[in-house]
Amino acid sequence: MFINFQEFFNLIPIIIVATGIVLSLLIEMYSKKSETILPWFSVLMFLAAGLHSLYYTKDVSIILQGMLATGGNVNVFHAIFTLGAAVVTLLSIDYIKKYGAYFGEYYIIIQTSVLGMMLMAAAKDLFVIFLGLEIMSVSFYILAGMNRKKAGANEASLKYFLLGAFATGFIVYGIALIYGSAQTTSIDFITSNFAELTKNLLFISGVLLFLIGFSFKIAAFPFHMWVPDVYEGSPTTVAALFSTGGKAAAFSAILATLFALFNGPNGNLFTPYFAVISVLSMFYGSIVAIAQTNIKRMLAYSSIAHAGYLAIGLAAGNHDAVAGVIFYLAAYTFMNLGAFGIISLLEGKDETNLDINSYAGLGNRKPLLAGLLAVLMFALAGLPPFGGFFGKYYIFVAAIKSHLTWLAILGVLSSAISVYFYLRIVVLMYFKPSENDFAIETNNNAMIAIVFSVLLIILLGIFPGTLIDLVTKFI
Amino acid sequence: MTITIEYYLILSAFMFFVGVAGVLIRRNAIVVFMSIELMLNSANLTLVAFSSYLGNSIGQLFVFFVMTVAAAEAAVGLAIIIAIFRNKLTVNIDEINILKW
Repeated sequence: MFINFQEFFNLIPIIIVATGIVLSLLIEMYSKKSETILPWFSVLMFLAAGLHSLYYTKDVSIILQGMLATGGNVNVFHAIFTLGAAVVTLLSIDYIKKYGAYFGEYYIIIQTSVLGMMLMAAAKDLFVIFLGLEIMSVSFYILAGMNRKKAGANEASLKYFLLGAFATGFIVYGIALIYGSAQTTSIDFITSNFAELTKNLLFISGVLLFLIGFSFKIAAFPFHMWVPDVYEGSPTTVAALFSTGGKAAAFSAILATLFALFNGPNGNLFTPYFAVISVLSMFYGSIVAIAQTNIKRMLAYSSIAHAGYLAIGLAAGNHDAVAGVIFYLAAYTFMNLGAFGIISLLEGKDETNLDINSYAGLGNRKPLLAGLLAVLMFALAGLPPFGGFFGKYYIFVAAIKSHLTWLAILGVLSSAISVYFYLRIVVLMYFKPSENDFAIETNNNAMIAIVFSVLLIILLGIFPGTLIDLVTKFI
Repeated sequence: MTITIEYYLILSAFMFFVGVAGVLIRRNAIVVFMSIELMLNSANLTLVAFSSYLGNSIGQLFVFFVMTVAAAEAAVGLAIIIAIFRNKLTVNIDEINILKW
């Protein structure tokens, strides 16, 4: 038989999302109220896929003629993507009315982008990496320009499209060279013959081009120029998805494709590359973020800095580092989603109130919202006892284990710089009177999503062992 | 005289760098997009050349995938360029600067 029951069962998270997309298209086509049905349908679908993948992490297998992997850390990534997308969908329900993109297809495109991310995390063949990447990226280009009447959104969409397609060019050319030197596109073959293959200059240049392409997608320093503009111009909830799901998916693709790099204690040939981009992104992101007055741009630069911390894990190249990267991605996803969620609540009708001074006096005006944002800012700054602290801790420890102590020290220094601009928001909220009392409309859907994210990062901070043990077991 | 694999690789590498240079130098969004297509096509040429050289068909299969994806990307990309032209009546990247670049 082409597919046996166990294979089918392991594939269920992807099947749920894929069939969900088809059903959503039918709902959109035949229902007049698709805008109100689709968000709840997608939330249910994402929760089903996420909980299923979390529950069945131990079913590790390779299915569909060696094309896809299931179980283990692939399922952890599936859970990050789907739960993150569920949070984004909840945040969007009221936001897109305000923003002027009140269309049912908005939710469908979020679903397709999540399908792309899941395929990237599960890939065991360069075909699947490429297809997943493109499904995700093309959906993102559309999401960025969802409101086609806004010139800013159009511009963000165009910039994202041109630089994203540019990066795709690098990735495809890299894959072509990898195929030429390895004679196959199977990732398992590349992993097991990595030492042999790296003697071939063609292979090394292929991997390098592949990594350059993915450096665009993870928003690391020399390839970051699109990030602030795209995050500022696109809808806030969509920017939340770009900065979390998109980044996590690109990292999962790097981990899946180049797993050979992380398999030995010191066998990481590309350590210099990762070390350079990580140092540059950390410091550039943290220092330029200080100068920002628009909070979305500030978070964009902070996301560049976070890409730098994550790249330390890739440079370290051992199993602890992989576990640390996955943990950090889980924590980072939810803290960034929460922060963008609160920004989307405060944002006014025509993208007003995005200046950081709008946050002055929030502690008096909306104590709950201010408290949640304060927790999220502490977590993003990497202060204990929140998830962000342990993410950084695991990555830095892994770097020291690979004798990259200098990189870990630079990481700590850069985190110290970044504390300044995160805590500036907290100081503004609690110690400065508000300047203009614009109306803040909260709504239950978004509050549920934000409280869920905050609870998750607090849980990750108090019980980091649960996730890290789970992840380490499968590497 | 037979045409060996090196000729194809050199030609495709040349095409690739022409594409990269086009993206970096040209200012018209459509031309930039054409340069990106050139990069994708240079990858296609490499894949086909390797496929024929190695005698396996994976590379040719991959080319079909790349072409399909490039078509989808072109559909979305041209739609984005049309949307921005309606708003700003220009497709020159230097004049599209509401956001700080």
